[in-house]
Amino acid sequence: MAITGIMRPGFIQIRVLDMPAAIEFYTKRIGLHQVTEGPDGRVYLKSADEFDHHSIVLRRADSAGVDAAGFKCVKDSDLDHYEKRVTDYGFAVDHVKAGEQPGLGRRIGFTIPTGHRIELYAESEQSDPKPRTHNPDVWELEPHGMAARRFDHSLLYGPDVQGNLDFFEKALDFRCAERVDMPDGVFAIWMTCGMKAHDIAFVKYPEPNKLHHVAFELENWQSIGHAADILTRYDISIDLGPTRHGITRGQTIYFFDPSGNRCETFAGGYTYYPDIPTRTWDETQVGKGIFYYERQLNDAFLSVVS
Amino acid sequence: MAPQRFQVTLEGHGQANVYEGERVLVALERAQGFGQLKNLPRRLPVGCRRGGCGVCRVRVLAGAYDSGPMSRSCVSAEDEAAGLVLACCIYPRSDLFLRLETPVVVKAKGERALQPV
Ligand code: FES
Ligand SMILES: [Fe+2]
Repeated sequence: MAITGIMRPGFIQIRVLDMPAAIEFYTKRIGLHQVTEGPDGRVYLKSADEFDHHSIVLRRADSAGVDAAGFKCVKDSDLDHYEKRVTDYGFAVDHVKAGEQPGLGRRIGFTIPTGHRIELYAESEQSDPKPRTHNPDVWELEPHGMAARRFDHSLLYGPDVQGNLDFFEKALDFRCAERVDMPDGVFAIWMTCGMKAHDIAFVKYPEPNKLHHVAFELENWQSIGHAADILTRYDISIDLGPTRHGITRGQTIYFFDPSGNRCETFAGGYTYYPDIPTRTWDETQVGKGIFYYERQLNDAFLSVVS
Repeated sequence: MAPQRFQVTLEGHGQANVYEGERVLVALERAQGFGQLKNLPRRLPVGCRRGGCGVCRVRVLAGAYDSGPMSRSCVSAEDEAAGLVLACCIYPRSDLFLRLETPVVVKAKGERALQPV
């Protein structure tokens, strides 16, 4: 399959209460690198295994949470294509000039039924550190901290998950890899635009525009164990894990950044192809779907968000 | 020098030791682990422990404390001035008397979301 149109999650912009504490956490503990700080104080971070300019944007604010999730498209004309698709669907599209985030080309943005802002862009400069492309080593710069290899996905909470499902399928060409259905309708969806089991997920929640977690990809289960050692050594607030998700099959830990935004380390997960049918879960097995070893939800899964 | 020890009283539930420089919520979690907190609605409401989610909200009835940054979507400036704070973001300077003020909407959210209607 050739990936066309929207290719992958590119960046996420999150709000932090204490910028120095956030920078220390995401660089020293998660293992990212600071690329630059913009004139408005936003800080841009990346993994040394990513080519693009940045994947995490931190904005100092009085409340924690998420500002926008950005997806990278294959080519610039995709932005015109999706602008038309989103507009035809009935949602307003706005434009963000190239350079509004350093290194990124023009973006289009819109608000989805759960109240979150999604942005699309096609162009990014590269920045250091990045992998070498000729005779490359497994890493160019020695990994540190949890050794995150990339920003992987986000899980967002809001009321109209059914609306998101329809919009992401019809206007953005995403597919639903897995879903949880409750007697009163769809409760959660895992959406993919490429070959990962999910690129973004949504869970039903009364308040709009909430952040459940931002996930970083680690290499394997052993790396997850090392990440858990780091969590305890540096007294990082943990939610749950190490464990595994039944949904996506990813190996995981949930924990919190210094502003109370939940993060996840994620390894594994199956490969998705567009001909794979949607996997479905019902109320009786949802515990196993979310936390495969515990087989039940913890109190925080449905109630703790930023 | 050993950190100074204070006592925090959670109205209607019991008491816990809390040390200078320690997040009050973390001291309460420890006391819960030792079985020192009684008659809690469910478990002690603990979320992010870092001031972002709001589930650990308490009213300080008496005592002195320092506080760190708290998400304004959970505690307004007026709340904070009136002693309505996040237990994970306050550090004791004296013995403390607290009342749980878990935001009802937050507590009910998960339950409601999973309840067949
Ligand atoms: S536990 Fe999240 S704000 Fe205190
Ligand atoms: Fe996740």
